[in-house]
Amino acid sequence: MKKILSKSFWNDTDVEQLVGQLLRYGVIIASGIAFLGGALYIIQHGNSGIPAYSKFVGAGAGYTTYGGILKGALALRAAEIIQLGVLALIATPILRVFFSLVAFALEKDKLYVIITLVVLSVMMTSIFGGLKI
Amino acid sequence: MTILTFSLILLAGSYLAGLLGSLTGLGGGVVVIPLLTLVFGVDIRYAIGAALLASIATSSGSASAYVKEGITNIRLGMFLEIATTIGAVLGALIAVYTPTNTIAMLFGGILIFSAAMTLRKKNQEVLTQGSRLSYLLKLNSTYPTTNGPVPYKLKNVGAGFSLMTLAGVISGLLGIGSGALKVLAMDTAMRIPFKVSTTTSNFMIGVTAAASAAVYLQRGYMDPGLAFPVILGVLGGALTGAKLLQKMNPQVLRIIFCVAITFVALEMIYNGYQHKF
Repeated sequence: MKKILSKSFWNDTDVEQLVGQLLRYGVIIASGIAFLGGALYIIQHGNSGIPAYSKFVGAGAGYTTYGGILKGALALRAAEIIQLGVLALIATPILRVFFSLVAFALEKDKLYVIITLVVLSVMMTSIFGGLKI
Repeated sequence: MTILTFSLILLAGSYLAGLLGSLTGLGGGVVVIPLLTLVFGVDIRYAIGAALLASIATSSGSASAYVKEGITNIRLGMFLEIATTIGAVLGALIAVYTPTNTIAMLFGGILIFSAAMTLRKKNQEVLTQGSRLSYLLKLNSTYPTTNGPVPYKLKNVGAGFSLMTLAGVISGLLGIGSGALKVLAMDTAMRIPFKVSTTTSNFMIGVTAAASAAVYLQRGYMDPGLAFPVILGVLGGALTGAKLLQKMNPQVLRIIFCVAITFVALEMIYNGYQHKF
């Protein structure tokens, strides 16, 4: 752990390569979850007719809130498991920004720590700011 | 049609969308919207939600490869992401008050513009003298070639930043990566060599799309039944496309596809004008 926090570790291992790997794993995990949910969805509902996608319903279903997605996924409901994959996918670039923040902080690049913090706070406002109206 | 057949057809369609998006450089999300609305008759709001996910998946999936080669300018990308993320959130907020027909027509217009952009002459020159702001923000960098690293400088930082805000708004409003606008801002305004601008733009698309995706998720634009075939299909198609690009230069394909996409765009505009969305 001490090794990870030291500056030389970050310089030696090339942070950006590490972050590139992280992006790839994020996408793999997200699509893996979506695949599992999708398979379950087809097993359960594969023979029913398709929902009326030509009519927009909007928010209301359990899979449109973070709490609803978690609860549904824990209950192994297909729709919410897919949405959990969707959340993982959305979280991947956000994690990426967060890791850049760490990298800039270790480089002691104050200007870019501030710039990255601005980007991160815009994203957090979007996620937790209740901007859905 | 049963859910099983629908999902399989959508999976195949999304695979093609991802493949074409990757080969032409338009991005997977751009092809997903007409596929869902014109072919499957899906409401454009669901299509926007699915396209955003496609954009995040392809951007994150391929960005890792470019970062490894050291072409992406991380500082430039991060600085411009201030503009694109604020723009994207604004765009997602404006979207509620925008009639779907207007969105469809706007999408058609952007599609034609993007197609034209992929065929343009690319900026290969490097500037040796940057603007004051480019030094202040440490945006000048180098990119690797077979003959060693090539240093480049950039200018018109303010103009690039403003164009990026617009790119962000369009991205948030239409659910696409708007890579064409991002490349325009970097190539034409800031005079960045296209190798750097394309990869940096791709690196930014995921972050920009994620900024508006959370808003759309809570608004119910992201339907799980559409999300999983689109994510898996587009991702698979984009991976195949990236492999093919290493072996061939699809210039002819690019032209054919850009002509085809222009017709699709015209149909989107026409249908929007006829209030069919």
